[in-house]
Parts: sequence; structure tokens; C-alpha cells
Amino acid sequence: MSEEMAYFISDFFTYLLNGIAQGSIYALIALGYTMVYGIIKLINFAHGEFYMIGAFTGYYLIINGVPLYIALPAAMLGSGLIAVIVERLVYRPIRYAGRIPALITALGTSLFFQYLGQGTVGADPKAFPTAFENTTYQVGDVFISKIQIVIFVVTMTLMAGLWFVVNHTKLGKAMRATSFNMNAAELMGINTNFIISFTFFIGSALAGAAGVLVGMYYNTVEPMMGLIPGLKAFIAAVLGGIGIIPGAVLGGLTLGIAENMVVGFWISTYRDAVAFAILIIILLVKPAGLLGKNRKEKV
Amino acid sequence: MDYLIYLTIQSGIFIILAVSLNLINGICGQFSLGHAGFWAVGAYVGAAYSVFFALPVPDFVNLLIGCGLGFSAAAIAGLAIGVPCLRLRGDYLAIATLGFGEIIRIIIMNMDSVGGPRGFTGIPAWSNFFWVYLFVAITIIFVVNLLRGTHGRAIISIREDEIAAESMGIYTFKYKVLAFVIGAGFAGVAGVLFAHTTQFIHPNSFNFMWSVIILLMIILGGLGSVTGSVVGAIILSLLPEVLRFFGETVSEWRMVIYSVLLICLMLWRPSGIFGKHELDIKKLFGMKKGDA
Repeated sequence: MSEEMAYFISDFFTYLLNGIAQGSIYALIALGYTMVYGIIKLINFAHGEFYMIGAFTGYYLIINGVPLYIALPAAMLGSGLIAVIVERLVYRPIRYAGRIPALITALGTSLFFQYLGQGTVGADPKAFPTAFENTTYQVGDVFISKIQIVIFVVTMTLMAGLWFVVNHTKLGKAMRATSFNMNAAELMGINTNFIISFTFFIGSALAGAAGVLVGMYYNTVEPMMGLIPGLKAFIAAVLGGIGIIPGAVLGGLTLGIAENMVVGFWISTYRDAVAFAILIIILLVKPAGLLGKNRKEKV
Repeated sequence: MDYLIYLTIQSGIFIILAVSLNLINGICGQFSLGHAGFWAVGAYVGAAYSVFFALPVPDFVNLLIGCGLGFSAAAIAGLAIGVPCLRLRGDYLAIATLGFGEIIRIIIMNMDSVGGPRGFTGIPAWSNFFWVYLFVAITIIFVVNLLRGTHGRAIISIREDEIAAESMGIYTFKYKVLAFVIGAGFAGVAGVLFAHTTQFIHPNSFNFMWSVIILLMIILGGLGSVTGSVVGAIILSLLPEVLRFFGETVSEWRMVIYSVLLICLMLWRPSGIFGKHELDIKKLFGMKKGDA
């Protein structure tokens, strides 16, 4: 094997690992998008802000000496509760007002949290405290850092938990029923309002966890941090097929890997364009997403 | 005084943007979230013309040439984006246009000849109150006249019911693209005027948030009504500045107040600030013309 080939392979695996780490974060955020869309057909543009809130909760807890294994669940709880409050105050009254008012409300909520964050904690990026010693391990020519391992483990655990809740509990069955047909679910005695709140809670808790993980991975948190990852996670959700839970994971990982490959092997300044290019291609070729089924519109 | 004139010019530019987006979103019913992209295309093409290729003619002629180029460039971009995207509907169309708007911004960010991430400096200040409001008038008259004719009726019918329009023999795809291209073109003109007012443009001044704010303008005024978008554009471009006068604290929190106002508007009056009264204003204008 030539030397260039060896370099290529070690680079490839490094980018792949980076891609998986970033992709699992996108996947965590995308899960919330997809669950909310699946249940009330709302593109929750404020989802990126729940991720930001999670990151800041984690930041303030860790800075005050709370260990990571308490700070992470607390951050999830914090962003989950705020999402439930937002759902109750803002999204519930507008649920039946139509698509466009709901979309605008979500955009307004997103702006509200961004600027509220700027007003309360300041617009400047803050250095995320190191929760543990970050060592880098070498496997052959490939480097993997401890934080990346933590990201894999945390995401996998959370996703397994979500999978269990959705597929093997009564609550999960109610969620699936509500997403399938809200009126019928209500007739069967399911408290759909509660289920929707619960969906918001779970989705935003996952985003909050992603926020803490990103804070540790990139070492900064700022009030505007939710905008671009929020959009990209949304793209991941569309890529996998919006409303489909495994699709969000697939989409997130695909997006993360594709982005890191382009950045690594080609041009780094086009990082953000990759995601949007993927989005447009998927919308034109298979608008229902990778795992989605094509549904014909009836007159 | 200069500040007031600047604000008036700025709201004029936003009126052009809002009216042109209204043609796409409100009148044709195609939900586009990428308007800032076309605005950017116009601004950069116009600025590049006046910085690199300006002809030795009076400034206002150059400005007019710039506006023409900005219109064509943005309209071509609109055609290139509209043809593939307008096959999509609803939410998906919104996301696809959002994606294209961002891609335009990222491409500009990577073009070194127009400054890239440093921004584009040294644009001559050819635009002024008169030229901006001349183009505001042209845009409004064009859109209003378009609505009265055959093509406009066809465009409205797509919003009302696409399937019914198609079964009445209207080639809906053609009219959707037409509305999209014209809307994009006028956004390009707004871009040229903007570049020649501020004399400095940066790719980030055309990001996704601006598409949202222009969209909010037309929704505030009432989707589909031209006078509504004019009023919406004026209110939303002045509101952050007006809030400045309420003291230090209010000024610091003005974007928060602004977003709360938007949420409240959606909760209590999703049809726009004027709701049904908007139509009355239109009738009033119509009657005045009829009487004269």
C-alpha cells in the first residue's frame, strides 16, 4: 500500500469519526423535530433554542461544580420543562389556526429565546468548562478523543431509551396513536393534549442533552448557537423522512458524515452549504425522505 | 434629520421587498422563505457593476443600469431556483427556498472578488430618497396592474385552489414560476438600492433571519394585500427604531419585545393587523380613484 493511500485511509477514518460524533448530535436534535412534526405537523423552528437552553443549563451547573452525570439530566429536564411551557402558552392556542400562523409563531418563539438569551447572559460566546480530562486515544493512525466516546455512549443510551419508550410502553403506544390519527386517538380515551406536551418534553430533553454535549465538544456556548444546528437538524429530519423516528437518526448521521467528508477532503468554507445542498437534492428526488413512503395527495 | 431620511429610505427598500414577496407568498400562495437570497443577488450584482464596470455616464444612469442588471440577475436566480422548487408544496417549498437562500449567501461568502466574508466596501452612494421611492412606486403599480390582468387572475386562482385552477385550463406551473421570477426580480432591485444606500454590504446582512422578517412584514399587513404589505413593511422597519426612544432598558430588550408582539399578533389576529379592515382601506383607495 502506497504512503498516500495510507494517509488517505487514516484521514478517512478520522473524518468518519468526527462525522459520526457530529451526526449523532444532529440526530439527537432531529429526533425532537421529527417527533413534534409527526404529532402536530408543526415545523418547530424554536427547537434549536431548546438545544441552546440545554447547553446553558449545563454550562451554569458545571461551572458551579455540579458533576456531569447530574448536570446532563438536569439540563435535559430544564429544556424539556421550558418546551412544555412554550407548548402550553403558545403552540396549543394556535394548533388549529392553520399551517402558516403556526410556522410564524414558531419563528417568533425562536427569535424570542435568542434575544432573551442575549439580553440575560450576553451575546458573547462563553467558554464551556471541562467536565473531565479530555484524553485522545490512538488506534492505528486514527485518533479518537474521550469526548467523542462520551458523545457516542450518551446518544446511543438516549436513543435506546427513546426507542423503548416509544415502542414498549403504554405512553409510547399513545404517542404513536396520536401521531397516526389525533381525533381517533382522542375517541379511544387518550389524553392527546398530555401526549403532545409529553412529546415536546421528550424531544426538547434530547435537544438539551445535545446542547450539553456540543458545549463539551466545541467548548463554547452562546445564545445564537441554536440557529444553524437547528436548521441542520431539521434538514436531517427531512433527509430521513420527517415524522419517522429511525429516519431522524439515519438522516443525522448521514448529514454529519457528509459534512465532515466535504470539509475534510474538499473545501471547509462550504460546510453549511453541504447540508442545504443535500436538503434540496432530497426534496427534489424523494421529498418523503430516505425512509418515507410517498403519499399521493387526494383532491 | 439625516437619521429620519435614512429610516424613510430603509422602509422604502423594505416596501419593495415586502410587496415583491407578497406576490409570491400572498398572491400566488407559494410559501417562500428565501427572499433575502434574491435581495443579496441584486445587491451584489448592482454593487459589482458600480464598483468594477461603471460606465462614464451620469450617476443616476449608472444606478438605473445597476437596477436593471440587479433585476435580471435576481430574476434569473429566481428562475433557476423556481423551476425545480416550485414542484414542491407547502412546508417543503418553504424549506427548499430557505436552503437556496442560504446557499446563495454561502456562495457569496466564498467569492473573494466581492469581498467574501470581509464584506463589499466602496460602493458609491448613488441611491437617494427619490430613486428609492420611484422604484417603490414602480413596484406597487406593476404588481397592482399585474393583478388586474389575465396573468394576475391566473396567479390568484393558484392560491385559491390549485387543482381547480388546473382543471380550468390554467398552466399553474408557468404562472407559479412567473410570479416567483417577478418577485425575485424586484427583490433584486431592492438589493441594488440597498447597496447604494448603505455603501457597504456583507453576506450576513442577507441571512435567513431577514427572509423571516420580510415574511413577517407581509403577514403583519395581511397576506395577499398590497396595501397590507406596504403598511407591514413600514411598521416592522420602524418598530425597532421607535422602541429605541422608550429609554435604555426598552432599547436593550427591543428584539425581545418585537418577537413577543409577533407571537401575540399570531395568537390573536393571525390574519394580519388589519384583518378584514384591510379590504376597506383598499376599497377606499378604489373609490377615491373612481370619483376623480
